[in-house]
Amino acid sequence: MELLKKYPKLFQWLFLLIVFFALCFSIDVPETYKFIRGQAEFIKDPNQSTYTLFGTEVRYYAFDVLWRLPPLLGWLPIWVNDTLFFLLNEWMPMEFWNEATREYKTRPLVLQITRNITAFMTFLIEFIREILLGGVETVVAFTSWDFVSTYRWAKLPGLPWTIVAAGAAILSYKLSGKGLAIFAGLVMIYISVFGQWKPSMQTLSFILVAAPLSFAFGLSLGIWAYKSKRVEKALYPILLTMQTMPQYAVLVPAMVLFGIGDHAAVIITMVVAIPPMILLTLLGLRAVPPEVIEAGKMSGCNNFQLMTKVLVPTARRDILIGVNQVIMVCFSMAVIAAFIGAKGLGWNLLLALNQLNIGLALEAGLCISLIAILLDKMSLAWANKQEDYFGNLTFFQRYKNSLFFAGALLIGIILSYAGSFYFKEGYNYFFEVPHNKGISTADFWNKGVDWIFDTFFVYIKAFNTWLIVEVLQPMRALYLRMPAVATLVLVVGAGYIIGGIRSALVVGGLALFIALSPWWDRALVTTYMATFGVIISCTIGLTVGTLCQQNKYTTKFMLAVCDIFQTFPSFVYLIPVMMLFGVTDTSVLIAVIVYATIPATRYTIEGLRSVPAGLHDAASMSGVTKFQRLINIEFPIAFPHMMLGVNQTIVFALFMVIIGAFIGTEDLGQYILKALSDKAGGGKGLILGICVAFIALIFDNLIRTWVQKRKKHLGID
Amino acid sequence: MTKKNQPILIIGVIIIIAVIIYLFTQTDRKVADGSGDSSAPIVIPTHNWSSQVVMAYVIGGIFEKNGNNVKYVPADSQAVYESIRIGDVTISHEVWESAFGKSFTTALDKGGILDWGDHEARTLEDMGYPNWVAELCPGLPDWNALKSPECAKNFVTPDSGGKGRMLEGPQTWHGDLIPQRIEALGLGDLWTVKFAGSADALWAELEAAKKEGRGTIIFNWTPNFTDGAGFTFIDFPPYTAGCRPVDGGDGKCGSPDGYLKKAVNADFPKTHPSAAAIFKKMSFSTSQIGAMAALVDIDKMTHEDAAKKWLADNGY
Repeated sequence: MELLKKYPKLFQWLFLLIVFFALCFSIDVPETYKFIRGQAEFIKDPNQSTYTLFGTEVRYYAFDVLWRLPPLLGWLPIWVNDTLFFLLNEWMPMEFWNEATREYKTRPLVLQITRNITAFMTFLIEFIREILLGGVETVVAFTSWDFVSTYRWAKLPGLPWTIVAAGAAILSYKLSGKGLAIFAGLVMIYISVFGQWKPSMQTLSFILVAAPLSFAFGLSLGIWAYKSKRVEKALYPILLTMQTMPQYAVLVPAMVLFGIGDHAAVIITMVVAIPPMILLTLLGLRAVPPEVIEAGKMSGCNNFQLMTKVLVPTARRDILIGVNQVIMVCFSMAVIAAFIGAKGLGWNLLLALNQLNIGLALEAGLCISLIAILLDKMSLAWANKQEDYFGNLTFFQRYKNSLFFAGALLIGIILSYAGSFYFKEGYNYFFEVPHNKGISTADFWNKGVDWIFDTFFVYIKAFNTWLIVEVLQPMRALYLRMPAVATLVLVVGAGYIIGGIRSALVVGGLALFIALSPWWDRALVTTYMATFGVIISCTIGLTVGTLCQQNKYTTKFMLAVCDIFQTFPSFVYLIPVMMLFGVTDTSVLIAVIVYATIPATRYTIEGLRSVPAGLHDAASMSGVTKFQRLINIEFPIAFPHMMLGVNQTIVFALFMVIIGAFIGTEDLGQYILKALSDKAGGGKGLILGICVAFIALIFDNLIRTWVQKRKKHLGID
Repeated sequence: MTKKNQPILIIGVIIIIAVIIYLFTQTDRKVADGSGDSSAPIVIPTHNWSSQVVMAYVIGGIFEKNGNNVKYVPADSQAVYESIRIGDVTISHEVWESAFGKSFTTALDKGGILDWGDHEARTLEDMGYPNWVAELCPGLPDWNALKSPECAKNFVTPDSGGKGRMLEGPQTWHGDLIPQRIEALGLGDLWTVKFAGSADALWAELEAAKKEGRGTIIFNWTPNFTDGAGFTFIDFPPYTAGCRPVDGGDGKCGSPDGYLKKAVNADFPKTHPSAAAIFKKMSFSTSQIGAMAALVDIDKMTHEDAAKKWLADNGY
């Protein structure tokens, strides 16, 4: 009894586990149960049960309800899809005059609207792209194709790379100083010398459209949510789902609605980038002290003035961190967007991978990382920059940067003009280094992978076999062995113990949605891979983070490594991993671990850093050793923050498990991939994505609730 | 930056842009000949395999020679038919019967897309093996050789549960066709089918098997770059119309000797009559397509360069 009073939670957990295992052992696996093939909705089989709801026939294999719930939501994806199809193809058809064929054409309204949006997007992208690279489309937008065919001079000429590089360096200098300016210059020179200029500028051009648009939409929605409680309540669950939904699942509906090409890429990038922007705007506005608002009101601001002159400037820092997030997300979409037609580095990377040219893919991937880090640093510098008000400057001091840029422009033009005489063989290296004429280290990397393969293959194979046979296969079997009821009890019980009845209802609802979808088994496989990945990632992240945090320089170094890996497209290491470990779960999991270790490490470092220095001193004075201090003081205090890292790790791991479908998995990801080229894929892709998001949200809810309670308990926050 | 210097800057930028325009537009291209085609660009899709991309640039080159404007857009190979139908994409020059036949005919039924004739090349998409594997399994390429347990033993992997493993392409390509065939032919006790996630995964498996010198059976197609490296397809019982389970058959059959079609948006012949006529006549043979793929996959050229070389070699 004493024990029970002292550790009530412990006994609650014990009780929950006993119930869980009792359910697991008392419910037998039905004899007819077969994984995956038994579920395929593509075959007709007399053993299947069917029901019809909302005009949709759902086929499934019926089991004991305790073992697997029937897919009562099976109609939902098909229904969503049919609705999409109806909207796009049949709803409100209208006559539109087609100039090219000189006849009327019937087009449904929604299709026409989405095509008008895409035309606008395409114009913006092409405009920026042609400033950087040159072309005719912008001129065409104002005249016609006939015009540019007749007058060949009517096109944007494009900027020589030297000017863009100088511009980037000067802008960085203005924002931050010498260090960033040198970095910017080096990045641009690297891109150019390695012959990645054209694809890099193509990628940059669609990001330069997506990022400002995401910023504008995110900011205004954020402000709206700040003003109206109702909007906030409506937006919040959508935002949470969007943030945890694998980006890949957004592709399918976007493709159905907006077709393929750079414009569709911009749209899905916006869909992914807007949620963090909204959340950070909201966070920033909420943190504005009431005194500031009072002061604004006393000065006689009207509502609009209060927002633009008082609230937004005060929340500037959080909002600009939102900008920074937007940029990071945009670059992380660079490769995924290539699946629906974004030109540039992402597409080149996929092509290189298709030829198994790892070196070439690596170079393209590095360019994405470098540009992302550069823009990231620049936007951070912008966020932290203080306005300076010096009055009496000379003309040169005042216009220093503009003058330098004008000078760079002039020199760049003269150089490229001179280059057109100097380089006779047709490539003007001072204008643009062509794609395949730069330096390439591809051979070096390819040889490196070959060398690893030849040297370590025997060990890798032995390890791979051991891991699959002894660990992964049994673990997967265990997950699939769980009766649906037991899993639900476990989830609801955990919710109740951690967060009370409210939490229990939320996580129970999320789990029930997945259980009633047709993909419960696949969700279990996804969870199994994510769990394994998260456990290993957290172990590595915790160890590495703790070790690196002991020293200032290693901390800095580790955070830089995290930066690079976070923006480095994960597709690149799928291929070498696949060559070494075959088309197996091991390959997927290695990719998962590489990616998911980043947040685990980052949050460990940041968590330990956030321990107040005063506590360190107090502990040292009490005579504890460094190790004791770490175990007894730093870890417990930093633990809530580190748990948020675990939360991020779970989201990252799930993203990567889904991308693992490109290696070959039998989980939700495989179906998401399949939905991409399925004619009825729009609805399926969306619902599958929501299932993945819900898995993440279950953990998210549990961890966040726990962290809040713990923080209150520790008296921080 | 203060407001004062903005006008100066804007004027400066305008002057500079004018200078750049003057400098970089000295080299004019040939003006379109009066073929009656609209000058709107013909949108050609590029997919993620080499022969298709090179052929896109080859066809684009031929169109440009004809005086048309051309635009390339990366696209998914299944989704592209819907895009052609709606008009986002103008043509498709590689419609493979076995892989894309269904998407294509569905789009054809909905309207807005036209069948624009066949290439000379015939296609085959089926399970097969790199040539050295023949020793591991006497009797190949006849499918009956797969019935021997000694044969299957050579293809066991850690996760295949003691059975021989065949690596099928992504489930996207033909659903459960291969697993159903393996079951129907009574090979289910000895063989299991694993779905790869992408074509990349297939080539990685092929490359890894070659390095390791082990056996592998993968899904592949011809014409493809593997044609030159020695790849044999397994002879399954011949295909007859309606033999596949989707069409109500028993599934005991291999893949058909398939067409390689061209497709165009329904408006294309009206807007670009001359280009449409050229495209209708266009027909590539297996060896030509294989050569295009080899320029990229074996000679490691870029796709654009390969297309230029191919056009130059073939007298364009």
